[in-house]
Amino acid sequence: MMANGGDTRTQLGLRYLALGVVALVMLYPLLWLVGASFKSNGEIFTELGFWPDRLDFGAYAKGWKTSSEYTFATYFLNSFAIVVPRVIVTVISCVLVAYAFARFEFVGRKLLFSIMVATMMLPLIVLRLPQYLMFRELGWLDTYLPLILPSAFATDTFFVFMLVQFLRGIPRDMEEAAQIDGCNALQLLWYIIVPLLKPAIISVIVFQFIWTMNDFMGPLIYLASVENYPVSLALKMSIGATEEVEWANVIAISVVALVPSVAVFFMAQRYFIEGAASSGIKG
Amino acid sequence: MYENRRLGFFFVLPFVLGVVGFKLFPFVMSFALSFTQYDLMDPPEFIGLANYQELLTQDPLFRKSLGVTLLFAALAVPMRVGFALFIAHVLNFRLRGINFFRSAFYIPSILGGSIAIAVLWRFIFAKHGLVNLLLTKLGFEPIAWLADEHYSMWTIVLLFMWQFGSAMVIFLAALQSVPASLYEAAECDGASKWQQFLRITVPLITPVIFFNMIMQMVHAFQEFNGPYMITEGGPLYSTYVLALYIYDQSFRFFNLGYGAALSWVLFALVALLAGISFWSSKYWVFYSGEKERAT
Repeated sequence: MMANGGDTRTQLGLRYLALGVVALVMLYPLLWLVGASFKSNGEIFTELGFWPDRLDFGAYAKGWKTSSEYTFATYFLNSFAIVVPRVIVTVISCVLVAYAFARFEFVGRKLLFSIMVATMMLPLIVLRLPQYLMFRELGWLDTYLPLILPSAFATDTFFVFMLVQFLRGIPRDMEEAAQIDGCNALQLLWYIIVPLLKPAIISVIVFQFIWTMNDFMGPLIYLASVENYPVSLALKMSIGATEEVEWANVIAISVVALVPSVAVFFMAQRYFIEGAASSGIKG
Repeated sequence: MYENRRLGFFFVLPFVLGVVGFKLFPFVMSFALSFTQYDLMDPPEFIGLANYQELLTQDPLFRKSLGVTLLFAALAVPMRVGFALFIAHVLNFRLRGINFFRSAFYIPSILGGSIAIAVLWRFIFAKHGLVNLLLTKLGFEPIAWLADEHYSMWTIVLLFMWQFGSAMVIFLAALQSVPASLYEAAECDGASKWQQFLRITVPLITPVIFFNMIMQMVHAFQEFNGPYMITEGGPLYSTYVLALYIYDQSFRFFNLGYGAALSWVLFALVALLAGISFWSSKYWVFYSGEKERAT
């Protein structure tokens, strides 16, 4: 309103033009990727346009089969076998811990909260090597435990922080009323807090889903046998296997690999972009 | 606050266990390992400061890698944060279709870390890739993005910048909290849009600029997927960031002690830069009245 009060039509037009150009440049690579998945090897490297001449699903079929002994069905199932449990334990542990931080007074609360914020800035790469040694000692290598179990202890502190920030913005009236009616702390959590936290919880689910799908270094370090590979590692393998890569196949599989994340994003975007912004979390 | 202290502690217990077991213990262990020589076969052997001595005085690859990492962060972080602020500023003019643009700009930031996007980037910057096709069409010479050590850095910097959306939504939320009355007053005094941006918007959102700079810096120093997948650290180690060097020493050559020392150097570097930022913040970051904002 006032912010663009002095605007002429030209200025408004320029603004849309700038945004449109940026959006095109940003999204064109993705459009091109989808288009290229239908093209032949030759066309991929000669055509600027993204629209394919014909719809050839051959690359999808071949890419899906892979040159390894497993198909991408295995790799997708593996990915989901990591993602689904991890998302579940993340939500449960982070909500409980955030509830404690936001609504309870206990010894060491301030200190623990500072530690939590500090670990958000701790470069994870410092922890990779000793964690690898720990998991090796426990006999967990080449299983999904190293990728899932730490999340059950609210170690993804971004999410705890985000939920605490969100909870701080929720007035306590309803909880106080429910307390007077005789609700205990767990009932309060389940009947009052969780419904109110829904948008924030959806953000946690979406972020954790997508980040875990994208995770590459974790599986790279902890998983050894191909039968356990998630999509990210399998995709890397399909490039590294031979010198003569069937690029069309790799492109087709890349498109498929992005589908779950894109789908989750669009299903939940109206909740989670807001959640992401209000908490100052980064993606 | 609820009175039940024990219950609160009970709820926070998973976090206490997790942070000690999966964060603090490995953190200390990595420090201890950095004073040893360890190859997984024989037990770790204490060698004092030898690892640090070696990397500081006898390891040209470390120096190269450090330089590459600093260059990457120095290019990628300001570009991402600056661009995010610029786009958020343009979006903040209550345009129609803001939601469409916001989503469009946000998508790359959630997909950008995936291997599929790294694959895409290899195609875009390949010899006959999308960028070179465009350059040729426009009458320029094609550039050997991935094979020329002067250009390889730009491929991973551009990938980092492409994911500006997450910083953008944080800026957008902050911009929307700047009171419109300030702009109205400035408008009356005849301030141009550019002056309003520099004199009103930027000072009021310095805490958010600060937050984004710090978080993006931490991310930039750990960048791994891009250099690993797109340029493979090359050519001529021109994109061989420290994260890649740490990975190679730790998990390919199994020089675990040396890898730990390298990772502690990276940690010290990030901590130092974060420390400098926090120290400098009192000169340029202004928090508005409420105390609760500071948490």
